[in-house]
Amino acid sequence: MTDTAATAGNIPSGRAAGTGAAPLTTADGQPLKVALRRANRRARRNAMLLVAPLFLFLLFTYTIPIVQMMTRSVMNPEIAGYLPNTTEAIEDWDGEGLPGEAVFAAMVKDLNAGGRSTIGRVAARLNAELPGARSTMMGSMRAAEDLQAPFKEALIADDDDWGEQRIWRLIKRETRTLTPAYYLRALDFEYNQDGEVVARPPSMQVYRAIFWQTAWMSALITFLTILLGYPVAHLLATLPLKSANLLMILVLLPFWTSLLVRTSAWIVLLQQNGVVNELLVFLHIVDDDGRIRMIYNRIGTIVAMTHILLPFMILPLYSVMKTIPPSLTRAARSMGATPLRAHLTVYFPLTIPGLAAGVLLVFILAIGYYITPALVGGESGVFISNLIADRMTGSLSQLRLALALATILLVGVLVFYWLFNRLVGVERLKFG
Amino acid sequence: MKFDGVQKSYDGETLVVKDLNLDIAEGEFLTMLGPSGSGKTTCLMMLAGFEPPTHGAIYLDDREISQLPPHKRGIGMVFQNYALFPHMTVGENLAYPLKVRGKSKAEIKDRVDRALAMVELSGFGGRRPAQLSGGQQQRVAVARSLVFEPNLVLMDEPLGALDKQLREQMQYEIKHIHENLGVTVVYVTHDQTEALTMSDRVAVFNDGVIQQLSPPEELYEDPKNSFVAQFIGENNKLSGSVTEVSNGTCQVTLDTGVTVTAKAVNIDGKGSRTTLSLRPERVFIGDAAVDNRLDGRIEELIYLGETIRARLTVAGNDQFIVKVPNHGLSEGLTEGQAVTVGWRTADCHALDPIAG
Ligand SMILES: Nc1ncnc2c1ncn2[C@@H]1O[C@H](COP(=O)(O)OP(=O)(O)OP(=O)(O)O)[C@@H](O)[C@H]1O
Ligand SMILES: [Mg+2]
Repeated sequence: MTDTAATAGNIPSGRAAGTGAAPLTTADGQPLKVALRRANRRARRNAMLLVAPLFLFLLFTYTIPIVQMMTRSVMNPEIAGYLPNTTEAIEDWDGEGLPGEAVFAAMVKDLNAGGRSTIGRVAARLNAELPGARSTMMGSMRAAEDLQAPFKEALIADDDDWGEQRIWRLIKRETRTLTPAYYLRALDFEYNQDGEVVARPPSMQVYRAIFWQTAWMSALITFLTILLGYPVAHLLATLPLKSANLLMILVLLPFWTSLLVRTSAWIVLLQQNGVVNELLVFLHIVDDDGRIRMIYNRIGTIVAMTHILLPFMILPLYSVMKTIPPSLTRAARSMGATPLRAHLTVYFPLTIPGLAAGVLLVFILAIGYYITPALVGGESGVFISNLIADRMTGSLSQLRLALALATILLVGVLVFYWLFNRLVGVERLKFG
Repeated sequence: MKFDGVQKSYDGETLVVKDLNLDIAEGEFLTMLGPSGSGKTTCLMMLAGFEPPTHGAIYLDDREISQLPPHKRGIGMVFQNYALFPHMTVGENLAYPLKVRGKSKAEIKDRVDRALAMVELSGFGGRRPAQLSGGQQQRVAVARSLVFEPNLVLMDEPLGALDKQLREQMQYEIKHIHENLGVTVVYVTHDQTEALTMSDRVAVFNDGVIQQLSPPEELYEDPKNSFVAQFIGENNKLSGSVTEVSNGTCQVTLDTGVTVTAKAVNIDGKGSRTTLSLRPERVFIGDAAVDNRLDGRIEELIYLGETIRARLTVAGNDQFIVKVPNHGLSEGLTEGQAVTVGWRTADCHALDPIAG
């Protein structure tokens, strides 16, 4: 009896399998999938306990700062915080004509109540959107003490900008404590006088072009690392151990040299009277005035970054290629495939996990690269990170703009990762 | 197909294959048999064109083929590690050589199905090699080497991972295919039974040299040297010195002083050392012993059903094995008993001496 129960629950043996009908169960009638999951659960829990310290570390040094970055990039506390009465009074205004006396009165009250620094911050915030608003604010702040009701006339008399609709509309808009303004700016949009989202004037547009440049230059750099790295990785994987180790050291050498040293070396090589240009002139390939500009522009960034990121392509490729037995291409060839065909249909598909890992590593590293474009990129070869770093040191609103730019970059990377996962399947990747 | 004075060295220091001369007739089933590291795979690699011979030449249909790249040789091959393409399904693996040859879709499907049926893996066409057991993978590898009907198939231990029953069945299949298609098969194995049952001829390899190349029967009955005698089947050895040679036989004085007559196969002449080789089933105990009677003592008896295996001490050798057929007449044997053993002169081969 026990015998039949056991065989009834058994999985059909290998040779007979292949069709499979009803869902399988264990001997006591549990669905096989449920039983398997339960069996794996404890192992999973133990594993999680082991990674808990790292998880906490990442939470404090990585996750929390990123969340802060994202929240700060949409925060807009100045108006609501420092002009509380105005904020409350202006809520009822429908945005047509000028606001009523109550709003003006509240504004005067806020100007009186606020100190130099708080009103100063409000003024700065407004000035970022509406040039000239700072002097209006600061002037009226000094005069506010002496103003008498009716405050509408009094304020307008003090500075006729208060009689303009746009400053009030701006104030009403900025009473919201969350704002997309920095994101609009980061994508070269802005609010116009009427509060509509419009593209900034072409002469003021910077960020979209730099985002685009960052993306295509990173893609090009990734492509170049594949072009240069694939044959090297193949050589590494097939050479006898002794020479392979030597070559490996050469590949890793850049890792052991400071980034600054490597980048400076490129400057020495590529500058106008650098080694390469001198050589070209010496060989009469170019004449003395025709020296090629190869650094402090896009070429400089591309050359230096390709060099720096090359190991990140070679190493995952190498580790995958190392595991491909040479007998596979041999088998393909014995079956009549030309070397090229054997390579394309057998070898190459097997290297995709390493190739994809390399692409992911290099592209994501490249897209956020800072130091090399800063050193050798000049004006034209900058990446978005350089702009972010630059804005970071500016005023508060510049800082928030930097945070918005960084968040967009982060989202861009995540989208890339998602797309990549959809196309290649991240679970198939082999990083090393 | 022909190896002519082929030598091979990988590192320039040691010869892995030393002076290989081998003629393989069309349609022949030739097995390379030898211990691990004796250069069998290396020979196949040279044949298939993946390793150049260091010296000598290989001919295929009287054509020197060292300049012919592997994909033009049209040789089917089963690799020792199967070499199935992990990123393709079993079906795609089998279809590969057909696709390369530009066969039509319908023909490919038909041939793949037949090949799968041949190795009893119908219905597995959609699986990846990693989802198969070792034996199943091995069968796919065999099917793949045959699916494009090459004239010459090289098989490097194609059945090593199979259980006994499946192994015998596959041996039969391969033999069957060989006979039906008339393909030439060069087969490598560790398993001497497999070699003896399947082959037209067997080449026994050791240390990069073919020790003997003969039909299976001759290999067993007439080993040319001690290595072959040791390697193929069971074998008793007795060492001694040649005292007289005449007419294909010789007198050998064993180290214990007894003199016996043996067939002179591989000896240097009078006075040289030699090792006598005797098959356990060709030694008789008691009255059945005719020529060459010697004294011995039974140390151990093992009942094996159809035979009884007796371990004796004979002429100082305490590992002397005699297989006594169990025809119901040999109950008289007991452990510790002193007996007389004997054998026919033709069954005792005087071969090159080996230590111990
Ligand atoms: N690619 C190689 N480079 C250097 N030495 C090698 C190479 N391939 C094989 N050898 C050496 O050549 C000798 C013969 O190897 P081979 O693979 O031909 O043996 P084999 O008879 O097939 O053994 P097995 O039965 O274990 O497969 C071995 O000593 C091995 O170490
Ligand atoms: Mg081998």
